[in-house]
Amino acid sequence: MVSSSLRIHELCKHYGDFVALAPTSLDVAKGEFLTLLGPSGSGKTTMLSLIAGLAHPDAGRILIDDTDVTHSPAYARDIGVVFQNYALFPHMTIEDNIAFPLKMRKVADAEARRRTAEALETVHLPHVAKRYPRELSGGQQQRIALARCIVYRPAIILMDEPLGALDKKLRDQMQLEIKRIHRELGTTIVYVTHDQEEAMTMSDRICLMNAGAIEQLGTPQDLYFRPRSVFVADFLGESNLLSATVRGVDGQGLDIVLTAQAAASRAVGNGSRFAAGEPIKVMVRPQNLVVAEAGGGQLSGRIMDVMISGSLTRLYIAPETAGLPQLVAAHPTRSGSAPYEIGQRLSLGWHAADAVAIHDGGI
Amino acid sequence: MGAPLVLLLVLFLVYPVGQLLLLSVYGDNGFTLAPYRQLFASSVYLDVLLITLKISLATTLVCVVAGYPIAYLISVVGKERKATLLFWVLLSFWTSFLVRAFAWIVLLGRNGVINKTLISLGIISSPASLLYNFGSVLVGMVNALLPLAVLTMLSVMENIDRTLPRAAATLGARPGMAFWKIYFPLSLPGVAAAGIMVFVTAIGFFIVPALLGGRRETMITQLIIDQVQQTMNWGFAGAISVLLLVVVLVVFAAYDRLLGLSTMTGASAPRNAAPSRLSGPVQKAGDALLALLGAISDRILLLLPSRRRDRNPDQAGMGLQAFVWTMLLIISAPTILMIPLSFGTGGLNWPPQGFTLHWYETVLNSPLWTQAVLRSLLVGIGTGVLAMLIGTPAAFLLVRSEIPGKAAWLAFILSPIVVPRMIIAVGLFYVFAQMGLVGSAVGLVLGHTVVAVPYVVMTMMAVLRNYDTRLDHAAQSLGARPFATLRYVTFPILGAGMMSSFLFAFATSFDELTIALFATGGLNATLPKQFWDEVTLQVSPAIAAVSTCLFVFMGLLIFVAERLRRRAAAR
Repeated sequence: MVSSSLRIHELCKHYGDFVALAPTSLDVAKGEFLTLLGPSGSGKTTMLSLIAGLAHPDAGRILIDDTDVTHSPAYARDIGVVFQNYALFPHMTIEDNIAFPLKMRKVADAEARRRTAEALETVHLPHVAKRYPRELSGGQQQRIALARCIVYRPAIILMDEPLGALDKKLRDQMQLEIKRIHRELGTTIVYVTHDQEEAMTMSDRICLMNAGAIEQLGTPQDLYFRPRSVFVADFLGESNLLSATVRGVDGQGLDIVLTAQAAASRAVGNGSRFAAGEPIKVMVRPQNLVVAEAGGGQLSGRIMDVMISGSLTRLYIAPETAGLPQLVAAHPTRSGSAPYEIGQRLSLGWHAADAVAIHDGGI
Repeated sequence: MGAPLVLLLVLFLVYPVGQLLLLSVYGDNGFTLAPYRQLFASSVYLDVLLITLKISLATTLVCVVAGYPIAYLISVVGKERKATLLFWVLLSFWTSFLVRAFAWIVLLGRNGVINKTLISLGIISSPASLLYNFGSVLVGMVNALLPLAVLTMLSVMENIDRTLPRAAATLGARPGMAFWKIYFPLSLPGVAAAGIMVFVTAIGFFIVPALLGGRRETMITQLIIDQVQQTMNWGFAGAISVLLLVVVLVVFAAYDRLLGLSTMTGASAPRNAAPSRLSGPVQKAGDALLALLGAISDRILLLLPSRRRDRNPDQAGMGLQAFVWTMLLIISAPTILMIPLSFGTGGLNWPPQGFTLHWYETVLNSPLWTQAVLRSLLVGIGTGVLAMLIGTPAAFLLVRSEIPGKAAWLAFILSPIVVPRMIIAVGLFYVFAQMGLVGSAVGLVLGHTVVAVPYVVMTMMAVLRNYDTRLDHAAQSLGARPFATLRYVTFPILGAGMMSSFLFAFATSFDELTIALFATGGLNATLPKQFWDEVTLQVSPAIAAVSTCLFVFMGLLIFVAERLRRRAAAR
């Protein structure tokens, strides 16, 4: 593995009694795209501010390329930050905004001009050099903020919900743009968002945070298919969670019994250890819930609601067995197929490989 | 909707000032330039003009330089401490100029706090004469105008995005560089606005130089007073007014050329600020200067011991806080020190001796004072009501509808602030004399409304800009007719803003001396006029008692206004 470009060791931060960040450790590899994901107040922005040097940790260490920068001021760290509101300097032209970090580093004028032009090329906006920030659209300002960051090639770029203010279409476009720039430059990026879809599409790894601590750290696939906790299963995408008890554990998976049904069934583990007799949750993603005409399958239920959101059709189903929550099934929308009716009876089932056992977090 | 306001300004601003200016070239025998010949015949009057400019410039410089850190600190601290700091600035701002000037007379007097303290410390052996010189005038002027400078700069600084200096830090700028290259240029419109507001107000000042200055600190407005009160020489008063007006207009023209007047109304937050009109080379030079300042500050910061490791990067330094509190102490202390003296039996000598209510009784038993209080309250409330009735519709018109020449209308409405108060006062005196309004409450209310209405319009415009008009549309879609919409939705929400602009107008009138100076006297004097007559006659502890009452009254008023504002903000 490449030497990590960012190493965080037991970093923590309190604001009065409020624990903004519990002691947390995290390694980010050189060139990696890591996303800090979580609800507001989960500590992701605190973590970002600490890395940037805009806030000071109570304890712990931050190393950039093996240099301890815990006590270095923001200007002395080799980092770039793309702020949520872009923070472009309103009294400077676009050109001057982008050249600012070069000026601070005493880069010669000619060289600064060349690199500024190059950065503007990279974000496809060479024609706005002489304009002022307020004369640009939100999407363009976003690109300039990015250009101002990449122009001095910092070891790490931090992005704080950079696409939060843009509309859906522009956001999708900018996601691709940021990915492209990341590929071309190979910079390490730490990206903060509360949008799980954005995190899934863009990241090499996701660090899901909750209540000031890391809930799970892994690839998007890890988090989506092998969530370590009910919180993770719930936060990333939709999920059906059913209470169950472990009967036995073998090499392939687990024997379980659904609490509401008392029928034996199989599930796969999420990577952690399970003990026989342990109460668990079984997660089945909506697209893995197989629906069929009544008869057969593990469960049966009635359709409460049907929603077609473009590519996906979602069925909201009330199981007939008492003690089970409402379930969601999703499959690709097909034209010409028989329409579902509310109240229609269906049977539900899933493949054992799609039922993931999770320690019961009590949700 | 704007017609009453235009009518008011035409009748009681344009016409009187025009009359006065006309009088300077049109005497009993037709056209004449005699007043101007008199003005330039000797160097006496030009010397006074030069002194006026010198005092005003010095005042402006000190106010802006000392006010900047205060405004900066207020704009960065947390809510609680901001309220505390702001209270002291506002208290000083609203305390009558007369009270503050009087307090300095007491403080700097032969037996005042400063002389007594210096003697008891053994620094000097006999009292030094601290009064009636350039220094005492400057101190008084700065005390009078510093709050104005702070509040003007604050309005701009509060709109500066706090993430910008932080962004500069992440881009590699050291604190000094981040301040001078990013924060300072963004705060410049505030500095410029504060500079011009202070300068123009200072040029028209007469209270401080009259009370704290000697012969050599005579300012131009004092000449006008002399001409009107002693010699009734209207032509010459008009000529001096023209001179004063020309100076003020030149200053504004220069300001407009450099920065654009629109920066003054606060309509454009720094984010939208137009690129400065400074041409290329000037801007380059300015840029280089700022970079140099940044580099120098960073060098100095490097010399300091690096004990600041655990400091929150956003927290203000101890040095800054100490400076700000010292300044606030200096501008508030004189008035506060006067309170114990007003209860003392030892006159105005420091330290206070004994305890007596004698001076308060004297004031209460004097029909001159009680009449003055009643009249000031009456005129103040009248002015508040009239200014609201006339100013609010105009503010609605300016904010809500697209009228041609909006900027010109706004400039016209704000002109009573620009034209020196003294010129308005003398003009009004002349016109009121013809109309038989001299000394009447009606005349005072009209005159005070002219000078108070721009503040009402500005406050109401700011309030209306923040008002979400979709609420009105919602009310209408729910079936409310226009009047019901105003009654149940618009006014209840705007209530606090309207109340504060009413208080602003009231306080302006309550503290107004210039117009009252000519228009009233004796039993129909307003409180400031009575104060002025007394204080120019003799410096007595009774005045300290009046000052104390005024100080407490204003403190309460600010407290109430602040509570109202917070309640509105909490909604």
